[in-house]
Amino acid sequence: MDGWGGILLLAVIGVGFGIVSVVLSYFLGPRNPTPEKLAAYECGMPPVGDARERQSVKFYLIAMIFLLFDIEVAFLYPWALAMRQLSWPGLIQITVFFSILVVGYIYIWRKGVLDWGPEYDPDYKRPPKPGPAVVKRYRYGTRN
Amino acid sequence: MLALIPLLPFAGFLVNATMGRRLPKTVTGGLASAVMVVSFLIAVTQVWALAAMPPESRQVNQVLFTWITAGDFSLDLAFRLDALSAVMILVITGIGSLIHIYSTAYMSHETDADFGRFFSYLNLFCFFMLMLVLGSNVLVMFVGWEGVGLCSYLLIGFYYEKQAAADAAKKAFVVNRIGDFAFILGALLLVVTFNSLDFTTIALAAKAMPVEVTFGTLSLITLLLFVGATGKSAQIPLYVWLPDAMEGPTPVSALIHAATMVTAGVYMIGRNAVLFEHAPITLGIVAVVGAATALMAGTIGLVQNDIKRVLAYSTVSQLGYMFLAMGMGAFGAGIFHLMTHAFFKACLFLGSGAVIHALHGEQDIRKMGGLKKHIPVTYWTFVIASVAIAGVPGLAGFFSKDEILFETFLHGHQILWGVGVLTSLLTATYMFRLVHLTFHGDERFGAVADGHDAHGHAPQHLSTPAPEHLSTPAPQHSHGVHLHDAPAPMAFALIVLAIGSILAGYVGVPHALGGHNNLGAWLEPAFQATNCGQPVATGELAGIALEDCLPGEEAGVEDHAALELSLMAVSSLVAFAGIGLASFLWLKRKDIPAQMATQFAGVHKLLLNKYYVDEVYDATIVQPIKVVSQEGLWRGFDVKIVDGAVNGAGYFVSGVSIVLRLLQNGSVKTYAASIFAGAVVILAFYLWR
Amino acid sequence: MISSSFDAIIPMLCVALAGLVVLLAEAFRGRDEKMPIGGLAIIGLVGAGAASILLWNRNATSFGVVTADNFSLFVNLVLIGVGILTVMFSSQTIERDGIPAGEYYAVMLFGIVGMMLMGQATDLLVIFLALETMSLAVYVLTGIRREQQQSTEAAFKYFLLGAFASSFFLYGVAFLYGVTGSTSLDRIGTVIAAQSMSGNPMILLGVGLLIVGFAFKVAAVPFHMWSPDAYEGAPAVVTGFMSTGVKAAAVAAFVRVFLSSLEPMITDWAPVLWLIAAATMVLGTVVGVAQTSLKRMLAYSSIAHGGYLLAGLVAGNDVGKAAILFYLAAYALTNLGAFGVIALLGTRERANDDLRDYAGLFKSHPALAVLMTFFLLSLGGFPPTAGFIAKWYVFSAAIGSGYYGLAIIGVLSSVVSVFFYLRIVVMMFMTDRDARPVPAPITTVAYAGLVLSLAGVLYLGVLPTAVIDFAQASISTIF
Repeated sequence: MDGWGGILLLAVIGVGFGIVSVVLSYFLGPRNPTPEKLAAYECGMPPVGDARERQSVKFYLIAMIFLLFDIEVAFLYPWALAMRQLSWPGLIQITVFFSILVVGYIYIWRKGVLDWGPEYDPDYKRPPKPGPAVVKRYRYGTRN
Repeated sequence: MLALIPLLPFAGFLVNATMGRRLPKTVTGGLASAVMVVSFLIAVTQVWALAAMPPESRQVNQVLFTWITAGDFSLDLAFRLDALSAVMILVITGIGSLIHIYSTAYMSHETDADFGRFFSYLNLFCFFMLMLVLGSNVLVMFVGWEGVGLCSYLLIGFYYEKQAAADAAKKAFVVNRIGDFAFILGALLLVVTFNSLDFTTIALAAKAMPVEVTFGTLSLITLLLFVGATGKSAQIPLYVWLPDAMEGPTPVSALIHAATMVTAGVYMIGRNAVLFEHAPITLGIVAVVGAATALMAGTIGLVQNDIKRVLAYSTVSQLGYMFLAMGMGAFGAGIFHLMTHAFFKACLFLGSGAVIHALHGEQDIRKMGGLKKHIPVTYWTFVIASVAIAGVPGLAGFFSKDEILFETFLHGHQILWGVGVLTSLLTATYMFRLVHLTFHGDERFGAVADGHDAHGHAPQHLSTPAPEHLSTPAPQHSHGVHLHDAPAPMAFALIVLAIGSILAGYVGVPHALGGHNNLGAWLEPAFQATNCGQPVATGELAGIALEDCLPGEEAGVEDHAALELSLMAVSSLVAFAGIGLASFLWLKRKDIPAQMATQFAGVHKLLLNKYYVDEVYDATIVQPIKVVSQEGLWRGFDVKIVDGAVNGAGYFVSGVSIVLRLLQNGSVKTYAASIFAGAVVILAFYLWR
Repeated sequence: MISSSFDAIIPMLCVALAGLVVLLAEAFRGRDEKMPIGGLAIIGLVGAGAASILLWNRNATSFGVVTADNFSLFVNLVLIGVGILTVMFSSQTIERDGIPAGEYYAVMLFGIVGMMLMGQATDLLVIFLALETMSLAVYVLTGIRREQQQSTEAAFKYFLLGAFASSFFLYGVAFLYGVTGSTSLDRIGTVIAAQSMSGNPMILLGVGLLIVGFAFKVAAVPFHMWSPDAYEGAPAVVTGFMSTGVKAAAVAAFVRVFLSSLEPMITDWAPVLWLIAAATMVLGTVVGVAQTSLKRMLAYSSIAHGGYLLAGLVAGNDVGKAAILFYLAAYALTNLGAFGVIALLGTRERANDDLRDYAGLFKSHPALAVLMTFFLLSLGGFPPTAGFIAKWYVFSAAIGSGYYGLAIIGVLSSVVSVFFYLRIVVMMFMTDRDARPVPAPITTVAYAGLVLSLAGVLYLGVLPTAVIDFAQASISTIF
């Protein structure tokens, strides 16, 4: 058990701290619930409507793409700092890396991911007429 | 040249499988028969060449290529012709040819496509069967072993429109797989023990090992192989598939389920004779199982009413005889009986096919009778074969059966000998019950012969929707006055086989009757571990091999002549007694069997229902497996099913989507929980060890 | 010393390059323009295959973390075969199902890059990278038919559980790093061998967690639960791809990690893998018997086949190692062929993968029925097909190492498994045809793919020696 003492201690302290603080606050904290106190906190404003609102999927796409190219930059910095040590192989590697991203960039560009409005989208298809939402959910089990 | 013997049927299969549906019947049938006949002729020349060699070196090897290598273990795809496989290939190609010829007439009512399908399966079967007997190692044999099982399955289910045929096919397959399981394990164990699968190498190595008095590796290997054999050769406890297999077309029953495939287990034991000789415990089990099967099947055969089922149980019973012989170490006797049995049983099955053909599908012997004068060729050949199987002196069955009984007695197993004699009595009785009910007595078939069905369908199945090719009206006969006897190709096969049933025994006339037991002498080297025919592999083994090449002395043969003669007298009497008994009961005093049936209603019912073995298997094995697989594991582990069940219920509840969403979440959770639980178990294992 | 040679990654570069070209082609494709995009993919794969063959016996390494030893090259060739066959089958199905060709092939090629890297990586972190590259591609492919709820649900489940399992793997890597101070397999191996660490709890934890991660990808019990869902939900071709490619890659890495650097601890991990292998074989088989959907049935069948592969790993001897490689090749050809047939029989609206949909297939599509029969017989281990030889090797390896129980369980489950393969054959040959949607006529390319698979299956069954020698030469270089 030599290797285990430390791990055990860490686990005990970690779990123990969580439990102890929850239990303590349960017993020590005064409780006077009112409807206002139980309501969700929204910057002091009275809560209105469902917190989960629909956002256009475009935001997510843009966010994802931003993330990708942001990381590209994060890779470029350390390479630039170590450029001399890395020499030619480093240059080749970063070029390969960069060109892969360029291909991706061309792809999203051509596919119209960067076009915000539908009028520029070459692949745009008219959405189906809004009808009652299809709630029939597929469950595998029914087939068997 | 040797490879041509199996490859010709394979070529026939390829042609018929690809083009059979477009070719006329004369071409498909003719081609399939022709390849078999040519294959037979090649086999004859090969065996002839083999016979010209000195007895100790009778072996022809043909290595096609190296099949498998792993480290120092290597295995060739190779064929080996020796005395034992020579007998087998002659039987397979010879009787196979006859049955092919017979089938061209018997199956002529089928559509071109079905006709082609039938012959392609039949050719494929012959290919695999020849692989099985020619293979020089266990794995090549296993290829054939599995292949014949597959073909048997396809052929039993040939009339797949019939539920009974499809079920029978499935049953045959399932039961055979159980046997195969043991066989594979046995083969794997052989690799471990001998690091080889070549029969000769194994035999030489086994010979160097001591005979196992207690249960050891060799006993385990041989026992596993024997379990494999019980599946293929329909012995207790795996015999149940063979009677059901009679749902297949009758030529199939004759070829596969009488003459060739079912004897594969016997052949396999003969092939590994040295191995089995070193495992006396297994040999004892083989003998007892064989004798028990012989007796049990014989009693069941006594009361069955379906002409093919009687023959099926008779086959099971005769196979039991062969195993009895193998178990006695009398391998030559077993193979001898295998050969003679192939003749008369094929003849009987083909004869029954001719009867069924004549009566348009009637198989119930209670609805036959008096056929003697209508179909004389069938009648006479059938009677000859029946006399042969009954063991009447002078015909094939007598010599081979007698040798088995003699060997059994000689080895001091009087009880098994008694069982054998009793079975012999039963054999004669049920065979002549069959003959009398079918061919003698009153004509009882007039009223029932309306089903235009020459395909081996029992009448009770006629209510199933008739497929197209069955609904074409057969030629009208004026029943009771004129029935077709077997057409020329069928008659030819019947007559040749009947002649064989008479003469096949004379290759093994025992010394006691002034013969020389030629077959026994011919086969003897095949059961010894000799390596004289080929360069000896290692110096260590060379000494053993040389020793074996010296001709063995024939001591003790004369001493037993008197004993053998008296035993022969006993079994001849038994054969005549059985025939007489059958004639008395089913010709003279027909009331007695009925009386006995009512008097011993319990026994009768037990026999009629085949000891309820099927029912017992179903209740103890089949159903539990089904329940475990469908209810237990499926429900327990396949969470989706739980979902499905709850899901179905969910439709009765309002707020379906809520429930489903919760469940949706739940199932991924369950999966994750399973992963987590698995991880915890593994880690816990490491921590608590 | 870090080598900066690019040699070892050339096969991957070929495939990746093909993926990029495919992506570009798709980008510049007009809306209804037809382009031989599949052809581009095949060119890349063939190039990678040629590169792999040229690298044979060279033992090239790149960057100290990627190797091109014969073992990984063998796996590469299997993966390339998987890729080519998948492309051939896809040529028909993606058009039918309205899947954008470029995206599909590009993702598939990137997935193959991940798989190849998995076999070639000699560093736990790179293995993890490869695992994720491969998995991400496969997640996408699973859900590529976005309009199908079943497909998206399957992809989502697979993704969640895959992420879950990956975390176990990473945790295991962390433990091993903690103990040995390195993620390089060589280094770990030397440290473990030098200090006889088998009692060390940290390293045991690490090994256990690695087992979880790998077993998940191999779909071994009890980490298999995602696979029937994912396999059933994915388009049939993709199912074929992932049931063979992912499994091959995961097994390759599994073998490399456990039989090279963790080999000194074989007595520690073998019992666990023994149990997993046995459970996998039995459960895959027994539950498979009860299925009526062909895709689901074959999903359980491939679970069982994962078990056989693990049996070879447990055996751990030379025969076992070669057997695993041979098994991978045999299984890949067979399973892809079977899924190819299923894929070709589907229509856009319906997968047609119910057992009843196969009634009377022999009458309507005799060639497909015969092909399918061979694939099923090979899956069931019938001689003389590839499946038989593969199983034979695995079981003899198990017996050779004294694992009689495992061999018996394996033989038994392979005997039982024949029942459900046989049910399909029965349906195809021995029933009459029901009314069902008629699939589009099958293109020559797809047929060629099937015939190619069949040729492979028979070749490996009848003349396995060449490939076995090849496999033995492959393992001799690394272990």
